[in-house]
Amino acid sequence: MTTPLLSIKGLTKAYPGVVANDDVSFDIGQSEVHALLGENGAGKSTLVKMIYGLVKPDSGTMTWQGKSFTPADPKTARASGVAMVFQHFSLFDALKVSENVALGMENPPPMRDLARKIRRVSETYGLPLDPNRIVGDLSAGERQRVEIIRCLLQDPKLLIMDEPTSVLTPQEVDILFKTLNKLRDEGTSILYISHKLEEIRKLCDHATILRLGKNVGECVPAETSARDMAELMVGDTLQTPTRSTEKTGDVVLDVSGLTLEPTSPFGTTLKNIHFTVSAGEILGIGGVAGNGQDELLSALSGESLTWPDAVKVKGQDVANLGPNARRERGILCAPEERLGHAAAPDMSLTENALLTGAIRENLTNNGFVNWASTNDFAKSIIERFDVRTPGTHVAARALSGGNLQKFVIGREVLQRPEVLVVNQPTWGVDAAAAAAIRQALLDLAAEGAAIVVISQDLDELMEISDRFGALNEGRLSDIRPAAGLTVDEIGLMMGGAHGMEVAHVGDEEKEGAEA
Amino acid sequence: MDLSAINPVLLIASLMVAATPLLLAAIGELIVERSGVLNLGVEGMMIIGAIAGFAISVETTSPMLGLLAAMGAGAVLSLLFAFLTQFALANQVASGLALTLFGLGLSALMGQSYVGVKPPAMAKLDLPILSDIPVLGPIFFSHDPVLYFGIALTAAVWWFLKKSRAGLILRAVGESHDAAHALGYNVIRVRILAIMFGGACAGLGGAYISLIRVPQWTEGMTAGIGWIALALVVFASWKPWRVLLGAYLFGGINVLQLNLQAAGIAIPVEYLAMSPYLITILVLVIMSADKSGAPASLGRTFHASQ
Repeated sequence: MTTPLLSIKGLTKAYPGVVANDDVSFDIGQSEVHALLGENGAGKSTLVKMIYGLVKPDSGTMTWQGKSFTPADPKTARASGVAMVFQHFSLFDALKVSENVALGMENPPPMRDLARKIRRVSETYGLPLDPNRIVGDLSAGERQRVEIIRCLLQDPKLLIMDEPTSVLTPQEVDILFKTLNKLRDEGTSILYISHKLEEIRKLCDHATILRLGKNVGECVPAETSARDMAELMVGDTLQTPTRSTEKTGDVVLDVSGLTLEPTSPFGTTLKNIHFTVSAGEILGIGGVAGNGQDELLSALSGESLTWPDAVKVKGQDVANLGPNARRERGILCAPEERLGHAAAPDMSLTENALLTGAIRENLTNNGFVNWASTNDFAKSIIERFDVRTPGTHVAARALSGGNLQKFVIGREVLQRPEVLVVNQPTWGVDAAAAAAIRQALLDLAAEGAAIVVISQDLDELMEISDRFGALNEGRLSDIRPAAGLTVDEIGLMMGGAHGMEVAHVGDEEKEGAEA
Repeated sequence: MDLSAINPVLLIASLMVAATPLLLAAIGELIVERSGVLNLGVEGMMIIGAIAGFAISVETTSPMLGLLAAMGAGAVLSLLFAFLTQFALANQVASGLALTLFGLGLSALMGQSYVGVKPPAMAKLDLPILSDIPVLGPIFFSHDPVLYFGIALTAAVWWFLKKSRAGLILRAVGESHDAAHALGYNVIRVRILAIMFGGACAGLGGAYISLIRVPQWTEGMTAGIGWIALALVVFASWKPWRVLLGAYLFGGINVLQLNLQAAGIAIPVEYLAMSPYLITILVLVIMSADKSGAPASLGRTFHASQ
């Protein structure tokens, strides 16, 4: 066997209170697509930050093409041939595409040459991109192209991709995979981080599975079932949520002709949105991030007021009511951003329970807070939703993402909503907690609530929703029954491939040979 | 009232002088804010520059050494701000306000023995032939070197931000310090250098008032120019040439209203005195109607947590 490109031995990194990586070892071969698999908090990000020179390991060694490899900073790592596409893009909204690319390079050519190079590489790999556009105006998929092209211009030997498909439509994922396969054929190794098992089975040659910072197994994904990999990842058998009833009642939530300007400079305008949700029904709304999800939630929660009759609940116009007036009528929401939107980070769980529960749970009396019953309410959320925390006095910030998510969803579910709108209910939550949250939503629907689930996780939407629609550039597709929808149909509802093309590296070589 | 007493050639020449301290301070603050730092201590750094430049040029009888000392003093004072905000992670607004109050107090203390002293005069740049052109000569070619330096600095800052790689890194740090850090740029170092540049420019602007424009030392003689500079940067949408335009507009109306006062025009003095502020802000507000916004990380504290 030839020397691996990068060999990792016994890598350990501890932060106060948590060991992010504990004695992790694996090899990445030449021209290999290697998957790094694990749940949120398994230590995948810390591991790649060490390879990229952003974090120094406490102990352990890395060997790059047979030589010791200790990158002190990203510059050294890039000089060796490591390139990275970040999960939360490391892009600058107010700068141009070409400027963003230049910032990720050691010795960028003059801007005009660089723009030409960007055009050429982007066309070769089927990732069309205008170097003069401002990044803040680009879609999530286009932003990712900027990151990928920034990496490709440096001729990397190892390309690290951290959760690259979470912002793409299925069609865009296919094209990305073709690009990655092309790169592998050209001799580039790829370290691919994900928790989406089917993707890994399709793309990767080899997989390393991390759990709680430890390497718990390796496998060849094509020969291993998704279920086996999932159980290695979780360390437990998985519960699949079940739905008890299928019957739905009268229309509860009626949205018609909803148009809304965004409040943030790079937001999306909602354009003429229509849908209805009946009692006992779950409507799933998919779509790539940044296509109007946040705006739709704020129009339904009452944070943004809209034209009269755009939002009606049980025939009554609520378009002009603020969040508290809507809560009185049983319309509750759980936004995507847990810290700072769904919960106040530095306030205790009791105080956070009060913030949305005061009205429906009668927690105030003539303007005075009834702390005893508020505390009981917070306790009941913690018990019912298995929130792991020392007590109700703990600040929201101190909870892990999954636990806080269970708390904010539980807080709304326990207020017996008639309409519940949730955005990304299981984002960053481990598989077991995600299953519990989905089960709670299904149970709530069975009790007769109308539920809108906005999510970018298509598997989740297919699992729990009765009907499905997708947001694309602020427009909502036709709503269709979820059962029987194919991935291709869903992808088209999400807006297809957004102008991407399949990589044509081969074509160019052919042309070059002819010329 | 005798408007004919106002000489337009002298008026234009003196508006350029009146605008220069504001221009210098604002260009410095523009770089600081483009790196994502809000330093409200401009007034304090200016007045420290004013007294340091005054004292050194009186003691050494060299105005040039005085100007250099003023830049050094402004930069040293700004280092205090840099330490507080970049290492101690103190709040930028509070630290900047403290810097202004500290500068005003310290300059009054340092300047006690310099009240009423006359500083050595700065030689005007003598350009034979050019200075002798009628009208254009007195307006454009018979000023002190610092005035030309201010215009050259504006051009240099524009070029730096627009064309140079270092300028691109500076803007990137101001846009998103987290992303810049992830790409391996040293956010703290970039910001400290920017803060020191801002301090040096403010110091030079202050010394220009005490050595060239007035020239004498009185307590609190910068009289709010530092605050105008801060507002100017915002209203100029963080663009160097607009800062120059705003500074000249402010200087021009200021000189004009002083001339009008002297000519005894029948408008109450208070209205004339407030006019430069009003008109400058009005014009720049109209110009900043395009959506070029503030640097996204402006005023946010950066801490490399991992």
